[in-house]
Amino acid sequence: MNIVIIGGGKVGRKLVEDFAKEGHSVILIDTRDEIIERIQNDYDVMGVSGSGTDIDILDEAGIKNCDLAVCVTDKDEINALCAIVAKKRGAKNCVARIRNRQYFRQLGFMRDELGINLIINPEFYAANEISRILRFPAAIKTETFAKGRIELAELKLPESLEDKPIFEIYKKYKVRLLICAVARGDKVIIPNGNFVLMRGDKIHITGSHADIAKFLKLAGIDNLRLKTVMIIGGGRISNYLATQLIESGMKVKIIESNHDRCMELAEYIPKAKIICGDGTDQYLLDEEGIDTVDAFVSLTGIDEENIVISMYARMKKVDKVVTKINRISFAQMLDTTGIDSIVTPKDITANIIVGYARAMNEADSDPEVVSLYRIIKNKAEAVEFKVTRNSGVTNRALKDLKLKKNILVAAIVKKGGGRSGVPDGNSMIEVGDTVVIVTTEKLKRLTDILA
Amino acid sequence: MNFRKVLALTGRMLIANGMLMIAPLCVSIIYKDGQILPFVYSILISFALGACGYAAKPKNSEIYAREGMIIVALTWVLFSVVGGLPFWFSKQIPSLVDCIFETASGFTTTGSTILTDVEAMSKSLLFWRSFTHWIGGMGVLVFVTAIISDKNSRTTHVMRAEMPGPKIGKLAAKWQFSIRILYAIYITLTIIEILLLLLGGMNIYDSLVHTFGTAGTGGFGIKNTSIGYYDSAYIDYVIGIFMLLFGVNFNIYYLILVKQFFHVKNNSELKLYLSIVAGASILIMMNITYIYGSPLKAFRYSFFQVSSIITTTGYATTDFCKWPMFSQMILLALMFVGGCAGSTGGGLKVIRISIMLKCTLNEVKRAVSPRSVLTVKNDGKPLESQVVQGVSMYLVVYAVIMVVSVLIVALDNFDMATTITSVITTLNNIGPGLASVGPAGNFSEFSVLSKLVLTFDMLAGRLELFPMLVLFTPLAWKKI
Repeated sequence: MNIVIIGGGKVGRKLVEDFAKEGHSVILIDTRDEIIERIQNDYDVMGVSGSGTDIDILDEAGIKNCDLAVCVTDKDEINALCAIVAKKRGAKNCVARIRNRQYFRQLGFMRDELGINLIINPEFYAANEISRILRFPAAIKTETFAKGRIELAELKLPESLEDKPIFEIYKKYKVRLLICAVARGDKVIIPNGNFVLMRGDKIHITGSHADIAKFLKLAGIDNLRLKTVMIIGGGRISNYLATQLIESGMKVKIIESNHDRCMELAEYIPKAKIICGDGTDQYLLDEEGIDTVDAFVSLTGIDEENIVISMYARMKKVDKVVTKINRISFAQMLDTTGIDSIVTPKDITANIIVGYARAMNEADSDPEVVSLYRIIKNKAEAVEFKVTRNSGVTNRALKDLKLKKNILVAAIVKKGGGRSGVPDGNSMIEVGDTVVIVTTEKLKRLTDILA
Repeated sequence: MNFRKVLALTGRMLIANGMLMIAPLCVSIIYKDGQILPFVYSILISFALGACGYAAKPKNSEIYAREGMIIVALTWVLFSVVGGLPFWFSKQIPSLVDCIFETASGFTTTGSTILTDVEAMSKSLLFWRSFTHWIGGMGVLVFVTAIISDKNSRTTHVMRAEMPGPKIGKLAAKWQFSIRILYAIYITLTIIEILLLLLGGMNIYDSLVHTFGTAGTGGFGIKNTSIGYYDSAYIDYVIGIFMLLFGVNFNIYYLILVKQFFHVKNNSELKLYLSIVAGASILIMMNITYIYGSPLKAFRYSFFQVSSIITTTGYATTDFCKWPMFSQMILLALMFVGGCAGSTGGGLKVIRISIMLKCTLNEVKRAVSPRSVLTVKNDGKPLESQVVQGVSMYLVVYAVIMVVSVLIVALDNFDMATTITSVITTLNNIGPGLASVGPAGNFSEFSVLSKLVLTFDMLAGRLELFPMLVLFTPLAWKKI
């Protein structure tokens, strides 16, 4: 697939990396020569120096034959303009990053009238992810599939499950769920029933929300209901997040140092308590009661500050700490600090765009990929497929399908709302179902799971 | 330094080298010249060494600038050594150093030879010698990358070290496609030339060998008098024009293919290159008309020689050492110019000369009005100061290598023209120099030390200096 990426910032670079790894032809447009130089050194892509709003530059980048144009410069207006021009000039699909809350509200208009196929608001998606984490604090992270009917949760292995093979766990707890991926050190394992879990493993489980909650209770993990949340930093993510949390009945306190921004927040979210002050000031944090809140979310613009204040919150025994980190260059190091619920807006954005590209990859048939979620530092993927007539795996029991290594059918959701959830050997995939696959491979179609 | 990855990649290259040697083996079988065993031995050694390197399983496949340079330099050195084995096994070139010199001269598309009597060599060995030109012209790693893809490695570092010119231009988003386009152009031009030479009455073997020499801008002939042997105006013009074509940046052909004539017309390097060729041909023609009687015949010889020297091919239709001094000095000046960036030609490259001239002009202007702000432009776009600086640095390094090499070669106590032009001709990958190393002479008289220095110069010239410098200085091997 030919992909043109406009803007080589954080997300642009990440997309270049992901798409180049998947074997697409990538051309990057950026006005800064040194950025192009650096990206060309690191990845096998071509760079064009110039503005993405310049038709000549777009032509030079081969916009006419391009399947996907992704506009991720730092300006909303430029992104929108690039996307519109690219589309008019022949790009088959275009994606634009739009952050402004006001533009984001005109999403429908932009999609239908201006022809921008996908509009991404990274802060909004980041806020969604954080609120999901806060609603299910026992897990490190959760993701939902099939319109919320299936959940994928990442957790630290509870002590009660240590040194046990997986089939014993299923037998003992008798709940319908599946341990679909295990992170051990730097390795990712897609386990089978005989796999033995060890202390320090992080496991990913799929199942319905109720089953997962039941399992956690049986395994001795309390799933608290968080009632009070302290947020440091009053940027766009806080804005979306606070609104969502308040809607779900939590009490929110935001600490922000910029007075104008505080005024804005107070205006937008009257129910939240806004504190104007420096969130990295220990005295202020203590004064505002960091040791009494249930959850703590650090969303300042500086990674180091977020990490340090999150560590402080951990020390103060806050039940759930969520940390925003933009650049996870030293991610391995964080494992030792107890900071586990990490949100990286850049990765969330890239996930959505890569998933979108995967879905449009098969332009001839119905798109199969519905969504894509990358887990364990992007080393494994959970992919949701819509089963079509061409899927090639239908109407046969799972135990009769010959699957590739490192592939796990994590959930099957039946079309008519029948018995859905975690499959066993006798389960069958049928046309119209939704299937979630967890794998370390890169899947484009459902048939790719067959050996 | 990721030694394992370097070993694995160079190992892979040696296996490719072994496969390439199958071509002369076939020639040997067809012509029954008794060189089957030398090639079989060489192929086996190449495979065995390659397998050893390949066995080093790299823990990670990250390569950075430093690994890229080392891989390229090491591959070229190994190719020169292993590629020279058939000559050695056949005992037609008894000294190993001579074999290495000859093969390095082949792969680097230099065309300097130590053979006193080319016609005495076996056909398959001569074929292999010329085939190395064809492979080396476009670059050996480039060749392998065109076939195998390595998604994870940072190929750019390798490509940059091997592809000539101050800036690298990619034709497609991926290296693999980019290189395939270039090779498609290369092969098409090669085939057209072979057909044209066949039409001119050459036999198939001769036309293949001479086309390889032209395409790589190498210049190994199979006759003692080079192209002069055929004494045909048609063959002179076909080879002369094709040398010129292979000295053009290959991106130009791609632009023509995709009908971007505007960019072709405005390519300043191409314009300068063609004007230099035209100017030099006419000046020499006027200077040598009295020897050949008619201006037309004089032009035939002057054009061929100018085209041969500026593209750093090194074919000869006549012994230009017998020409007047003015003509010889023009040719000497052309030796430095070289082909265009992104072509198979060697030398400094027209673009560097053009950038340097523009810089010098700017300095003169600045001397007159010290506060003026000036940029160096190429094709209407201002060049980044880094590129401009890179060009000046390149010239300095180039001069240093040249002076040091001349000093070492001078130990052999030849005359001045021989000593200096032997270094110039090898460093610029041309082939013949002046005086004793002119078209009628060869390099067999030099001492072992000089031959090694000249071999280094050939490799350094082909790889644009830095990879070889990095390989032979502790710079790359130190931890910090």
